[in-house]
Amino acid sequence: MTETGHDQSPSSGLWLDGVDVKLGVATLVSADAHVAPGEILTVMGPSGSGKTSLLGYVAGILAPEFTATGAVWLDGARIDGLAPEKRRVGLLFQDPLLFPHLSVGGNLAFGLSSAIKGRAARHAAVEAALEDAGLAGFASRDPATLSGGQKARVALLRVLLSDPRALLLDEAFSKLDTQLRQQFRAYVFDQARARGLPVLMVTHDPQDAEAAGGRVIEVRNGHAPD
Amino acid sequence: MLARFAPALTIAILIGPVFAGLAGVLAPAFGYLPALGRSELSLDPWRALFSTPGLTQSIAVSLFIGFGSTAISLAFVILVAAAGEGTRAFALVRRLLSPLLAVPHVAVAIGLAFVIAPSGLVFRIWGGWLGGPQIPPDILIVNDPYGLSVIAALALKEIPFLFLMVLAAKPQADVERSMMLARSMGYGRVAGWLKAVWPRIYAQIRLPVLAVLAYGLSVVDVALVLGPNTPPTLPVQILKWINDPDLSLRFQASAAAVLQIGLVAIAIAVWIALEKIAGRAGRRWIEGGRRRWFERSAPIAASVVSGLYGTAAVLAATALLLWSIARGWRYPDPTPSSYTLENWTRESPRAAELVTNSLLIGLTAAVIALVLTILSLENETRRGERRRGWQGLELLYVPLVAPQISFLLGLQILSIWLGVDESFAAVVFAHLVFVLPYVFLSISDPWRAVDPRYRHVALGLGVSENKALLTTRLPMLLPAVLSALALGLAVSIGQYLATVLIAGARWPTITTEAVTLASGGDRRIIAVYAVLQMLLPFVAFWLALAAPRLAFRNRRGMGVS
Repeated sequence: MTETGHDQSPSSGLWLDGVDVKLGVATLVSADAHVAPGEILTVMGPSGSGKTSLLGYVAGILAPEFTATGAVWLDGARIDGLAPEKRRVGLLFQDPLLFPHLSVGGNLAFGLSSAIKGRAARHAAVEAALEDAGLAGFASRDPATLSGGQKARVALLRVLLSDPRALLLDEAFSKLDTQLRQQFRAYVFDQARARGLPVLMVTHDPQDAEAAGGRVIEVRNGHAPD
Repeated sequence: MLARFAPALTIAILIGPVFAGLAGVLAPAFGYLPALGRSELSLDPWRALFSTPGLTQSIAVSLFIGFGSTAISLAFVILVAAAGEGTRAFALVRRLLSPLLAVPHVAVAIGLAFVIAPSGLVFRIWGGWLGGPQIPPDILIVNDPYGLSVIAALALKEIPFLFLMVLAAKPQADVERSMMLARSMGYGRVAGWLKAVWPRIYAQIRLPVLAVLAYGLSVVDVALVLGPNTPPTLPVQILKWINDPDLSLRFQASAAAVLQIGLVAIAIAVWIALEKIAGRAGRRWIEGGRRRWFERSAPIAASVVSGLYGTAAVLAATALLLWSIARGWRYPDPTPSSYTLENWTRESPRAAELVTNSLLIGLTAAVIALVLTILSLENETRRGERRRGWQGLELLYVPLVAPQISFLLGLQILSIWLGVDESFAAVVFAHLVFVLPYVFLSISDPWRAVDPRYRHVALGLGVSENKALLTTRLPMLLPAVLSALALGLAVSIGQYLATVLIAGARWPTITTEAVTLASGGDRRIIAVYAVLQMLLPFVAFWLALAAPRLAFRNRRGMGVS
């Protein structure tokens, strides 16, 4: 498995600078790590260990019962004080969460970066993305009519079209069946590497960590020794 | 930004007018009303009040109506819910509830009067088809001295309301698993439901039950149509004094309004005491371990009372429709001898004006309520607060439990003092007090059920909070938003007291007209307005159902097609 070159300078990639997430006085997750572009950092732990709250802190959607300290840098800029929509951190959950009121194309256009202007250009970008993902002609489909694997791919496309600078995966593969999981996981990792996105993956599945092939932070008893 | 102030504003609109109104009647109740040239405190209003002949009977019949309508409605709902749990018929009942709930009280009262009066549909069917007497029986059914017909009309309206509340409470009562558990231990359906499910549901519907009790005690419009006349119920007596050209009667009206508050407070205290007693007896019964309880007869009884309810509802609607297109209708013919659309065409100029007023007031109030509700919920969403069930909903019941006649009289006094009485804004504001709770109750559950991760996805895609609200949450909730709007409109259309007390004669609506006509008007014309009262909310609910279906006809995930 080839990885893009590790660039240890904090001016690129995702840098978790002494991040601690607490619930009350108990520290749930501690992370002090640099994730280079194209690298995948896995946060492993049993469900209920609070590992998802780390993603919440990075994305700016931490539930109010948690508190967190530490800095988050993305491509050299500090983002932990920014509004969630300003951080350009793409999220993928275990459910595809496609908007039920929009078509497949509408969901993708919703995600598509506003840097691409004009109806025709945006339409073309959506079509191209669908074609690349083997979903040509799906733009007008109702998301509810898609198979599980198709929904997962559309969810990923939607994130990628928003032109994120980092990708956060929250148990993103856990609801897919075994074969689909392997395929989709490889697809997500390939896409992230090809685009040079630093990836922070939260999972309870050792196979996810193995497939990622990068460093692993273990969360146990609500604490992550680094 | 706006969203941050919405919760405070919502709460202010819910409880501000109630307390301002209550304060507004307190001063005149003790003789202080500078507008009428009295500025020294005295107990004269109370002396005048307590020397009113028949006051005790007025109070007694009000209490009887309040407790009677609540007990009957609650018993009906318990019986049908217990016997019907998990059956097919139950699913059907569920679909019929919303339209039943949308029919204004006044239309129900008039429809019932057309059915049960001595010259009504029941005696016509008996005399015309079943060989009964050929002249109307000489008995007092409508306007009976005990308020029995008022109780019947209230039960027709409150049963669907309580039923809907029971259904809304079910998800939190873990019904399926509790029933499985109980039945695996040998309990029958009825006993199992009453012992394992009902106590948890009742804990959640206490406030709606108290609202039903307070409403029955204080109801004015239904009592004007069906209630006793000599003496009338206390709230109707208060309205008569308010409308009397002799302005000095306002002082004893205010004193009576304060007495009405006391009555409601005492009735609620009595109800809570009854709850305690019933709770203790119920626990003993539950712990007694009896596995079966009327398992065979309860479902039969449930079918009988449901059938009775359905028959009454169908007959009432039929009577209204027939009278509205009747030309001649001799007794005891069960159907008119000739039909005409003249009743409608002759009334259409006046009806058009009243429908316009009803819609203007109703839509304005419903839209304001909807915006406030959505901003309040949006604020909750953005702050990541998670609320479930009844949390924080208690305040919504303040305007529903406080006696309308009392605080609306206070608001009328205040609005005259401020010089805003009879203005459109004041009427809308008075309606808003009653519309807001229903709009909030109707949309808060679906709103809070939206997966918060949709918002996270949108924000993660670089979309702003406001844009995420407009392009994701609102369209996803379009069905719920439109039904809340329709419900708000229906509640406003049904308002009688809030309209006549604040708007006087300046903003007549189809409801105020129907009540005015109901005492001695032509049945054909009364029927026209009662049918309009039924029709407007129906059309609103139909549009609320149809619009999302059209907009999202290719979106299975929206659950509308």
